[in-house]
Amino acid sequence: MTAALRARGLGRSYGRLWALSDCTLDVPAGRVVGLVGPNGAGKTTLLHLAVGLLTPSTGTIEVLGGRPAAGPAQLAKVGFVAQDSPTYAGLSIEDHLQLGARLNPGWDDALARDRIRRLGLDLTRRAGKLSGGQRAQLALTLGVAKRPELLVLDEPVASLDPLARREFLQDLMEAVAEHELSVVLSSHLVSDLERVCDHLIVLVASRVQLGGDIDTLLATHHRLTGPRRDPARLPADQHVISASHTDRQSTLLVRTEAPILDPAWTVDQVGLEDLVLAYMGQSATDRRDAGRPPTLEVQR
Amino acid sequence: MIWLTWRQLRGGALTVGALLAVLAVVLGLTGPGLADDYSTTIAACSSQGGGCAGFVERFFEDNRITFLAAAAVVLVLPALIGVFWGAPLITRELEAGTHRLVWNQSITRTRWLAVKLVVTGLAAMTAAGLASLAVTWWSSPVDKAAEDFPRMEPLLFAARGIVPVGYAAFAFALGVTVGMLVRRTLPAMAITLAVFVAAQIAMPLLVRPHLVAPVRSTVEITPSNVTGFVRGPDGVLLVEATATSPDDWVLSSHVLDAAGHAVDAVEAPSSGPCAPSTAPAEEATGPEDDPQVAACLADLGRLGYRLEATSHPAGRFWPFQWYETGIYTALALALAGFCTWRIRRHVS
Amino acid sequence: MIEFHLDDRSGLSPYLQLVRQVRQALRVGLLREGDQLPTVKAVVARLAINPNTVLKAYRELEHLGLVSARPGVGTFVTATLADASFAAHDSLRQDLRRWLADARHAGLDDESIEALFVTTFRTTAHEDIA
Repeated sequence: MTAALRARGLGRSYGRLWALSDCTLDVPAGRVVGLVGPNGAGKTTLLHLAVGLLTPSTGTIEVLGGRPAAGPAQLAKVGFVAQDSPTYAGLSIEDHLQLGARLNPGWDDALARDRIRRLGLDLTRRAGKLSGGQRAQLALTLGVAKRPELLVLDEPVASLDPLARREFLQDLMEAVAEHELSVVLSSHLVSDLERVCDHLIVLVASRVQLGGDIDTLLATHHRLTGPRRDPARLPADQHVISASHTDRQSTLLVRTEAPILDPAWTVDQVGLEDLVLAYMGQSATDRRDAGRPPTLEVQR
Repeated sequence: MIWLTWRQLRGGALTVGALLAVLAVVLGLTGPGLADDYSTTIAACSSQGGGCAGFVERFFEDNRITFLAAAAVVLVLPALIGVFWGAPLITRELEAGTHRLVWNQSITRTRWLAVKLVVTGLAAMTAAGLASLAVTWWSSPVDKAAEDFPRMEPLLFAARGIVPVGYAAFAFALGVTVGMLVRRTLPAMAITLAVFVAAQIAMPLLVRPHLVAPVRSTVEITPSNVTGFVRGPDGVLLVEATATSPDDWVLSSHVLDAAGHAVDAVEAPSSGPCAPSTAPAEEATGPEDDPQVAACLADLGRLGYRLEATSHPAGRFWPFQWYETGIYTALALALAGFCTWRIRRHVS
Repeated sequence: MIEFHLDDRSGLSPYLQLVRQVRQALRVGLLREGDQLPTVKAVVARLAINPNTVLKAYRELEHLGLVSARPGVGTFVTATLADASFAAHDSLRQDLRRWLADARHAGLDDESIEALFVTTFRTTAHEDIA
C-alpha cells in the first residue's frame, strides 16, 4: 500500500524562525492518524505542507505517492478541512455543493446531499448563519464528497461544544468505515484522538518526538514504580522517557520491546495522554538544557 | 470555475449594473431628442445669419450638469472597478481563510486565478465600454457646443471613446496585483486607488503628448487669434493667443521674440501704437475688437514677435485612443501574467 | 441487535470492551445463534471510534469461535456461551461469599478488597487474552 504520507528531513522556515524542522515520517495508508502537540508546535504547518498550501523550505514530502498540489489529480486525492472550517459566509449550502460539484471531477453529489439531509441542514441557508458545528459538518461534507483517498483535518473539533464534537467524530468515523479513507487529524487534546486514531504522531517544538501505531506505543511503554534508582543504571534496551523521584521512590516511564524482568519494579500500563505528556515534557527539558529558543508561535 | 467567479462577482456586478442602469435611464430620457434639437436649431440660426453663438452657449448650459455628471461616471468607473472588484479579489479569500477551502478543490491555483482574471476582467471592460458608449453617444451634440471641454484635452479624452475599456482592464489588474502583494483588503483598496490616480495623472502629462510627434506651428498675433491683452506695470504687455483651432490639444504656447526666444511678457516699445496710452479705458469689448490693440499687434509683428504653439490636432483623437487603449491593455495583461505566476508562491 | 457502549475509565482497551460486551450478551441470552452483530459502520457512527477497533474486536470474536464473518453480508453469531457457565454460577457465588468473609475477617476494608480484586483480575485477564 502506498504510504499516505512520507516526509524526509522536511522543514519550513519563516525568515530565520523554523516552524517545522527535520521532520521524517512514514504514515501508512488506511489509518486514522492523530497529530498531537502543543499550540505552535508546527501541526498546522505540517498539514499545510501535506495539502500543498505551503512549499517546503528543506526536505521532501510525498502524499499518496505524489507531490502535494502538483496538479488536479493530486488535489482530487486529498481532502482538507482547515482550522475553523472556513466556508464562504455569503454563499448558501446549496452554493457550496455546486462549488464542490463544479470544481471536482470526482464529486459524489448524492453522497453530499444525503449527508446534508441527514444533518438536517437547510440548503438555502447561508454558511455565515450556521453554527460552528454545522460549519464544521459542511466543511467535512465538502471534503468527503469529493471522494479523496486521504482526508486531512486541522483541529476540526477544537472550537466545538461537546455534542457537536461527538457528532462530528461519529460522522467522520462513519465516512472512514464506508469509504476506506485514510485520515490525518490534528488536535491539541489527546482525549479527542484516543477514540478515533490508531496511529499517533507527537510534534513538539517543530520536531517529531514520537510516531507509531497506538497499539504498539501502548504495548511498548510502561510505567515502572519502585525503590529509588538512577535511570542511567537501567538496561540499555529500556529507554527512559521521563523519571521522577522522591527520597525513596522512583517512577519511570520507559519504552522497551522486551519484557521487564526486574522484580523490584511494579509495571503498569501507561495511558495515551500520559504517554504524550511524557514526550512533550521530555522535549521541554531537552530544550531547556540545550538553551534553545522557545517554540515558534505561528501567527494566524 | 466560471460559475464560481460569477457567483462571487454577483454582488459587485449588480452594483455596477445598477449604476449603469441609472446612467442609461438618465441619458436615454434626454438623449434621442438632443441631436435633433441641436441640428435643427443650428440649421435655423445659421440661415438666420445672426450667428449661433448665443444658442450654442444656451444649449450647453442647459445640458451642462448631465454632461459633466456623465463624464464623471465614465472617469470614475474604472477606479471603482479597480478598488471594488480588483483589490478584494484575492484579499477577501485570504482574510476569510476561504483560500484554504477553494485551493484544495481539484483545481490548481493558477487556473483558479486565471479564470477569475479573465471573466472578471472581461466584465469590467464590458461595463466600462457600455458606459463610455452610452455617454459618447449622448454627448455627441453637446460636445460640439462645449467650447471649454474639447475632446482632445485630458479631461474629456479619458471619458470618451474606447480608452475607458483600457483603463478598466488596467485598474482591475492593478487591484488584483496590489491585493495579492498586500494581502489585506483596506490597504489594498487604498493603494490601488492611489496608484491608479497617479497613473491617470501621469499619462496625459508624461506619455500621451509623445505618442505622436506634436505639431509645431508659428503664427503672427493678430486680432483674430488674440485672446488676452493686458498692460502690466513697467510697460510690459502680456499677450495671449491661440495658434490653433479650439478643438486641438495645446501642449504649450509661447510668444517668441525676433531672436526666437520664448518670452513671458513683451517689452513694450516706448513709442508707437503700443506705448502706454494716457487714458486707458476699461472697455467691455474684448481685445479683438479694440483698434488700439490691433495697431499694437501689427507693430509687434513688425518687431518680429510671433506666437509658437505645440499641439496635437483634433484629428488625432482616434489614433490616440487606440494607442492609449493598447498601452493600458498591455499593462493589464502584464500585471495579470505576473499575478498568475506569482500566486503559486503564495504562502498559506 | 445489540448496542455497544464504551467506558473511558474501565481500563480495558476499547476493542476488549466490545469483545466483553458480546460475550456478556451471549451469556445472558441477548444474542442467540444466527443473530447479526451491528455493522462496523453502525458501531463507529454511534461510538465515534476507529473502525479498525471494531474490526479487531470482531476478528477476536471470530478467533474465539463465537462469530463468523460473511463478506458482503455481515458478522453473525455462531455459538452461545449461555449453557456452560450458568451451572457454575451458584458454586462460584458461594466461593465468592466465603472469600469476601475471609477478606473482611483479615481486616480489609471495602476499598482494599476492591483494589485487590481489580488488580488481580486485570493482570490475569491480560494473561488470558494476550
